Amino acid sequence: MAKPKLALYWAASCGGCEIAVLDIHEKILDVASAFDIVFWPVALDFKYDHVRAMEDKSIDLCLFNGAIRNSENLEIAELLRRKSKVLVAFGSCSMEGGIPGLANLTTKDAILKYVYTESPSTVVQNGGVFPQTQTKMPEGGIEIPEMWNTVKALDQVVPVEYYVPGCPPQPNQIWNVVEYILSGKPLPPVGSVLGAGEKTCCDECSRNKKEKKLKHFYRPYEIEPNTEDCLLEQGIVCMGPATRDGCGALCPAAGMPCRGCYGPPPNQLDQGAKMVSAIGSIIDAHEPEEIEKILDQIVDPVGTFYRFSLAHSILRRADKL
Amino acid sequence: MAFEPRIIGFLCNWCSYTGADLAGVSRIKSAPNVRVIRTMCSGRVDPAFILKAFQLGADGVIVMGCHLGDCHYQEGNYKTIRRIPFLKRLIGGFGIDPRRLRLEWVSASEGDRFAKVVNEMTEEIRALGPLKLYVHQESEQAAVHV
Amino acid sequence: MKHLKIDPITRLEGHGKIDIFLNDEGEVANTYFQIPELRGFEQFCVGRPVEEMPRITTRICGVCPEAHHMASAKACDAVFHVEVPPTGRKLRELLYNTFFAGDHTTHFYALGGPDFVVGPDAPAAERNILGVVKKVGLEVGGKVIEMRKRTQEVIKMLGGKQTHQVTCIPGGISKGITEEERKQIEEHCIWFVEFGKFTQQVFNDIVLKNKAYVDLILSDAYTMKIYSMGLVDDKNRVNFYDGKVRVVGPDGKELVKYAPNEYLDNVAEHVEPWTYLKFPFLKKVGWKGFVDGKESGVYHATPLSRLNAADGMPTPLAQAEYEKMYSTLGGKPVHAMLAMHWARIIELLSAAEMALDLIRDPEITGAKFRTIPTETPTEGVGIVEAPRGTLTHHYTTDERGILKKVNLIVGTTNNYAPISMSINKAARGLIKKGVDVSEGTLNMIEMAFRSYDPCFGCATHSMPGEMPLVVRVRDTDGTVLQEIKRS
Repeated sequence: MAKPKLALYWAASCGGCEIAVLDIHEKILDVASAFDIVFWPVALDFKYDHVRAMEDKSIDLCLFNGAIRNSENLEIAELLRRKSKVLVAFGSCSMEGGIPGLANLTTKDAILKYVYTESPSTVVQNGGVFPQTQTKMPEGGIEIPEMWNTVKALDQVVPVEYYVPGCPPQPNQIWNVVEYILSGKPLPPVGSVLGAGEKTCCDECSRNKKEKKLKHFYRPYEIEPNTEDCLLEQGIVCMGPATRDGCGALCPAAGMPCRGCYGPPPNQLDQGAKMVSAIGSIIDAHEPEEIEKILDQIVDPVGTFYRFSLAHSILRRADKL
Repeated sequence: MAFEPRIIGFLCNWCSYTGADLAGVSRIKSAPNVRVIRTMCSGRVDPAFILKAFQLGADGVIVMGCHLGDCHYQEGNYKTIRRIPFLKRLIGGFGIDPRRLRLEWVSASEGDRFAKVVNEMTEEIRALGPLKLYVHQESEQAAVHV
Repeated sequence: MKHLKIDPITRLEGHGKIDIFLNDEGEVANTYFQIPELRGFEQFCVGRPVEEMPRITTRICGVCPEAHHMASAKACDAVFHVEVPPTGRKLRELLYNTFFAGDHTTHFYALGGPDFVVGPDAPAAERNILGVVKKVGLEVGGKVIEMRKRTQEVIKMLGGKQTHQVTCIPGGISKGITEEERKQIEEHCIWFVEFGKFTQQVFNDIVLKNKAYVDLILSDAYTMKIYSMGLVDDKNRVNFYDGKVRVVGPDGKELVKYAPNEYLDNVAEHVEPWTYLKFPFLKKVGWKGFVDGKESGVYHATPLSRLNAADGMPTPLAQAEYEKMYSTLGGKPVHAMLAMHWARIIELLSAAEMALDLIRDPEITGAKFRTIPTETPTEGVGIVEAPRGTLTHHYTTDERGILKKVNLIVGTTNNYAPISMSINKAARGLIKKGVDVSEGTLNMIEMAFRSYDPCFGCATHSMPGEMPLVVRVRDTDGTVLQEIKRS
C-alpha cells in the first residue's frame, strides 16, 4: 500500500518551524518511513512545477508554516490547498501572522521607502531604485512577487483543517501530533488546535503565584527578578495569562517573560483584549492620574500584546498612524 | 446624506441602564445614536467586545457604569476604570482616535446626565467622522480557531 | 533566447529563484539570482522597546536565531552603554560557540558533505545524508543526529529555548548555571571536540585523499578573487562572538580593520530593481558591478573569508588544521570557493574547543551575570559572525529606549553579489553549445552557491537513528536497499 503523502512548505517564514521538525531527532526516521515526503523545499529538490503536476487532494497532509505577505505566498497557499486533503496551519506565522505580522503596524510604502532610500547603509541612486515585480533585462523579462500591504494568516486566505501553535511549535508537541496521526485514531473536529493545551501558559509555569496587586511595572532589563515568584507579580509584563499553554512555559523558566507565541487561549479571539483585561484587573490604583502613570510604564502595548497574533487579531492592522 | 454616528453603548444593569431608563421615562430628549447593550456590570465589558464593535462598524463606543464606591459587585467598576484607559491606548496604537472610546459613570438617578453624555458623545463622533478600518473591507472568513 | 527557471531554489534556507537566459547558440547570455521576498524588520521594529529586539530579531532566521540574538544583545549593550559582567559574557560565548559547532555540523554533513562524498555529478536522489551514509557508514548519520541533539540541549539550558532563544538582555543574560548543569554541559563539550576531530578525519578520508576532489576545489570554475571579511580578536585570530571586522584584499593584504560603530564608513548597499535583497560592497573600493578583483568592492563573508582575514585560529587543534588547509591549497588567501566546506569544519572544531575552554572556566558558574543599565539609551551597533557571514545590528532609540531607527546587514546578504557571480560562472561553465540542459545540470548550478551557506540543508528521506537495533536503508521511493541489525 502506498505511503501517505506529506508536504511541508514555508511562506513568509524564518525556517524555525523546519528546525523544530528536525528537532524530533531520531524520530524523523519514523516520519520518513511512514510518509512519502513529496514537497519540502528546505530539504528536497521538488520544485513548484512538481506540485502543479500532482492530482488535486493527492497530498494527504500538508504542514504549512509562514505568513502570507506576498503574491507568491498566496499562490502556493492556494496551490497546496487544492492539492491537499488536510492542510495544517503550522506555527505562529501561518496560524496568526506571527512576527512578520508586526508589519501590519506600518505600511508597504513605509517599508520600501526605508529599506531602499533611507537606511543609512543604502546607496540611493536617481532618487531611489525600488524593486519591480517585472523588470525587462537585455536578455528578457524577469519577475518577482508583489509585496502586499497587509500580512495575513493562512486561514484568512484559504480554509484550514487544523492548527499547531508556537514559535516554533515545541518538538515534543510536534511529535505528539505526528504520533497521533500515525496511530490511525480518528482525527479531531475540523478547526481544532493540536499540539497544545486547553488552558493558559500560567497553568504550566512553575513559578509561585500569590497575589497580584501592582503599583509599578518594570521593563525586563530594569530589574533582576527572583527565580521563584510569578514574573507578573514582580512587575514584569508577562503574556502568560493571555497565551495558550503547551510550550512548557520555557521562557519564564529561563527568567524571561512570556511573549505569547502559542497564541490566544481557547475561546479568546484577541490577545491584546485579554491582556488589557488581565492587567486592568491587577493594577492597584483607582485615581485616574495614578492609573495613567502606571500605564505609562507599560511601553508599546500593541507591539507587545500582539507580538505574534496581530494579523489574526480583531482589528488585524493599524490604519492611519 | 449627513453622517449619523453609530455608537455602541455598554451599560451596567444596576446604575447606568436604570439611569438611561429614567431618561426615557422622564421624556428627556437625547440623540438616538447610541445603541444600548446591557451588561450586569461595567466590569463585565470585555475589551474584546469593544474591539469587535469597532470591527463591525461602530464609529464610537461608550461604556457606562456605577460611580466608584457604588458598584453592585463592590469592585467591578474599579477594573473598568483601569481597563478603559488602557484600551484607549491600545486602540490609539491601531490608529483609532482614543476619543472614540469613552467611559462615564452614570447612576440610576442621573437621567439627565445620561442624556447629556449621549448628546456630547454623538457630537464628538460626528465631528470625528465615520470610522473607516481595514477590517471593514475584509469579509469574515470561516474556520476561526476553536 | 531560451529562458530557464529554477523556482524555488532548494536545500537551503530562504526563498530564491534563478533565471538563466541562453542565446541562440545555446550558451549562457546571463543569469539572475532573485530574492523574492522582504518582510520589513527594519521598519516594523520602529516603535518597539529595544530590549525586545534580541527576541524579535531571532525571527529573521530560525536556523541561526542565536546569531541575531547575540548581535542584538550586543547592540542593546551599546545602546545602554552597559558592560556585561565576565560570567555573563562567558555564558553568552558558550551559548554562541555551541551553536556554531551545531550549525556547521548540520550544513557540512547534510549538504556540503554529500556534494563531495557522493560526487557533484551524482543524481539528486543520492545527494543527501543517505548517500553519505552509504559511502561512509551508518555511524556518521547517528553521530550527526547526536551532535545536533547535544548542541540543542546545551542551547536550551543557556538560551531558554532551542529555537528563538530568550535569555540575552541588555547588560547580560537572564540566567546562570549551577555546578550540576556545568558538569552536564562539560560532558557535552568533550563530545563536541571529539566530534570535531572525527569530522576532520571524515573530510580527510573522503575529500583530501581524492585527487579529483582536490582538483575540483582548486578548479577555475569555482574560483573567485574577491575581498575577504571576518571578525578578529586583538591578536587577529578568528572570533565568532566579538572583535573588530577585518577585511583583506584578494592579495591577502589588510584593507581595513573597523570597530562595530564604524561599519557605515566601510560597508554600503547597492540596489537593483529586479530583486528585493540589496548588495553590500566595500565603500572604500566602490561598487563596480558584478565583477571580481582588487578594484571591485565585492567581498565575501564566509567561513573561508574569516580564515583568510585572520592570522590564525584561537584554539590549538583548529590552528593545526588551519595551517594544513593553507599549505595544501597553496597559501593564503584561498579563493577556491568550495574550500568553504573545509574552512567550515575547521571552525566547527574551533567552536567546540572554545566551548570546552569556557565550560571549564571557573567564572562560568558565577552569580553575577548581568548588569542593570543606568545610562540613558541612545544608539549602538552589535556585530557577531553568523555562521553564514558578518552580522550587523544597528539601533537608534529615544531616551526611553523605544526604537527610532533600525539598520541590519545580515550574514548571507554580504554574499549576495559573490553568490550571483558564482551562479553565473557555474552556469557558463556547465551549459555549453550542443549540450542538453538536464535537471542535473540545473542542480549543479544550484550547487555553486550551496557552499556559501544554505542556512541549513538537512536532506532527509530516510536517516539512520541513534544506536539503532535494526536499521533499514531505504531508497527515495521507500524500497529497502539494505537492512542491518545490531544486537
